[in-house]
Amino acid sequence: MNFDDTPQEAAFRAKAREWIAANAPKDYEAELSQAPLGRIALKSANIVEIGRAWQQKKFDAGWSCLHWPKEYGGHGASPIMRVIWQQEEGVYVKLTHPFTIGEGMCGPTLMAFGHEADKQRYLPRIASGEEIWCQLFSEPSAGSDVAGLRTRAEPDGDGWIVNGQKIWTSGAHYSDYGLLFARTDPDVPKHKGLTMFFLDMKSPGVEVRPIKQANGMQEFNEVYFTDVRIPDRQRLGAVGDGWNVSLTTLMNERMSIGARLATGFPEIFAFCSDFVTEHGPAIEDRAVRAKLAEWAVKASGLKYTAYRAMSAVSRGERPGPENSIGKLVAGAMVQDIGAFAMDLQGASGVLAGTDAEAAGRFQAMELGAPGMRIAGGTDEILRNIIAERVLGLPGDIRVDKDVPFNRIPTKGR
Amino acid sequence: MNFEFSDDQKQLRDQARRFLAEQCPPKAVRAVLEGAAGYDKALWQGLADMGFLGVAIPEAFGGAGAGHLELCVIAEEMGRALAPVPFSSTVYLAAEALLLAGSDAQKQAWLPKIASGAAIGTLALFEGPGNPSPRAIRLGAANGVLNGVKTPVADGAIADFAIVAARVGSSGRETDIALHLVDLKAGGVAAQTLASVDPSRNQAELTFTDCKAEPLGAANEGWSILTRVLDRAAVLMAFEQVGGADRALEMGRDYALDRVAFGRPIGSFQAVKHILADMYVAATLARSNCYYGAWALSTDAGELPEAAATARISATQAFQHCSKQNIQVHGGMGFTWEFDCHLYYRRSNALALALGSLSYWEDQLIERMRKKNAA
Repeated sequence: MNFDDTPQEAAFRAKAREWIAANAPKDYEAELSQAPLGRIALKSANIVEIGRAWQQKKFDAGWSCLHWPKEYGGHGASPIMRVIWQQEEGVYVKLTHPFTIGEGMCGPTLMAFGHEADKQRYLPRIASGEEIWCQLFSEPSAGSDVAGLRTRAEPDGDGWIVNGQKIWTSGAHYSDYGLLFARTDPDVPKHKGLTMFFLDMKSPGVEVRPIKQANGMQEFNEVYFTDVRIPDRQRLGAVGDGWNVSLTTLMNERMSIGARLATGFPEIFAFCSDFVTEHGPAIEDRAVRAKLAEWAVKASGLKYTAYRAMSAVSRGERPGPENSIGKLVAGAMVQDIGAFAMDLQGASGVLAGTDAEAAGRFQAMELGAPGMRIAGGTDEILRNIIAERVLGLPGDIRVDKDVPFNRIPTKGR
Repeated sequence: MNFEFSDDQKQLRDQARRFLAEQCPPKAVRAVLEGAAGYDKALWQGLADMGFLGVAIPEAFGGAGAGHLELCVIAEEMGRALAPVPFSSTVYLAAEALLLAGSDAQKQAWLPKIASGAAIGTLALFEGPGNPSPRAIRLGAANGVLNGVKTPVADGAIADFAIVAARVGSSGRETDIALHLVDLKAGGVAAQTLASVDPSRNQAELTFTDCKAEPLGAANEGWSILTRVLDRAAVLMAFEQVGGADRALEMGRDYALDRVAFGRPIGSFQAVKHILADMYVAATLARSNCYYGAWALSTDAGELPEAAATARISATQAFQHCSKQNIQVHGGMGFTWEFDCHLYYRRSNALALALGSLSYWEDQLIERMRKKNAA
């Protein structure tokens, strides 16, 4: 049992570290390291532009989409090397947010199901950051129940005509292409009538409307499709096989384990170490210590669970659904930490932004955490995944499973 | 990165699991719980014969000379099986104290006996309610004799020798405390078994009256040795707790698959699934923290104090959570004497309080993290 790199891994790490030290956009280091958790905006610059420049630089030097094959713009690296890269990239990982959906989900799906010419056309441009992709899965009536989506793709000559609406689409407002999950046959049960496509987000009939979130930020969009035409060659997988294609997409996402999940623990520990209440230093209070210890062991548990997964990856195994615990634990923890820090601040806890203690980072956590607990699988869906796929419990009884989709009773949003 | 036990260590775990499945079924735990023996003597000898008691004791002192990683995997299995034997008292506390601070003669006198199953050891630390603290120790040592009362002492009524924390000064500092080695069968000690929430393990009050004792380690280093022993024991006990947590989770899962209500297995209800998913989360976090502790223990890393507290807190929470929710998943049957759920519930509560309770370790963890950050 050790944390040591193999000689090969150590050499790779040293090379990555050296390159990052020489090439990273250090002007933004301070701002990035103080940025709140999750998706961020920079005060001094457009994060998509800065991110794009970083992505291009990485691509030119052979550090982008490391685990992709070389012919598609990657480096043919092993999964553990990707993990090592992410560890070394450190705070600059925050610049890669606009590209993670393309690298982690859309690209691998195209790689598995696309035409060769399309793979050569699109994949290197994802890797270089030249083109950004988004994922068009969720809909107003298909969130946790994504197979219940209603956006229709109907055959039309050598292509398809798409009508419908997507929602919660991260980055649609700056994306060039999208991976589109649509219903091609409403007369069969819901999982069987789905097909996967990709499309140009500039196609006529595509309209992107930003959603202003409860925390005031704007990361998601609604995307409307009105008679949007997609050539049939942009279909990924067989007609009606979209559900299986989507599982490939989601399975690839699970491989991204090395990236450190933000828990809020380092922030609350630092805050309590300095903050003085009317009873004295916060960290000397037994009740504060009990809370800090509870979060410390969770943060540590997540860290070493990721290390165990990395060891499995290092041995050439695929990480399993056990990794679903990460977001489940971290989301609730960030919310608790935000509320606790605000409580310590007393009446001043109501203040936000630069008017607040710690530049308002705990208020930002508290206001943003509900989104963490919903996006990318709600806490409840994650518990179902653990119970069914890890513990082997039976699925819930599904009254809509064998019913033709157009005969499932529905109601609004 | 190889944050995993080796194949040999996993084989040892499998071997221990098979042995305990055979020699320590729940009815063996119940025999101690409902009887007066205090521990399962045949099982204790069997563990010695398998080489498990001396796995981390050097060959020069009659042990197997393997390491603490090997001891960790055995500890996990002891917890999974709720082994009703004085394993933690003897192996994690007494043997570790001897290894850390004993003279060559002391090691020769006791370690081979531990490895062979001939001697049960324990640590006599507490003197009534409260957590480990040098201020709480009143039992005095003077001129090689001890006078005072220790309670509760785990396995105190069945132990052959004890490491006793005694007061040798009144400066108010940690250096007032010295450790002593006492042969409990040599007179001067009266043992009284106490009632406890987990009678599958012995708890006793030991009264020392002009009891002969020999010093263990330097006189002014008692508390610092004790702290190190507790840290090491915390990692090992955390493995026991994780073993128990995993078994309680499995019991709940198996029952949810088997039990049918409202025309379907209760495991298909989300309310039940989510209970089990949260048990899995707690057990997984604890296991990962235990691995960190095992790494720190086996390499004697500077991170050990922090890693030990982390593993201890996480594993205490996980075992208590899993054993409690296992009963909930079982419903009424889980609250019967007949079902084994309460055995795990009892043990989880007993282990949570040994070595200092949860709030003690929480305080220790934050103090240690704070010192590290200040340094």
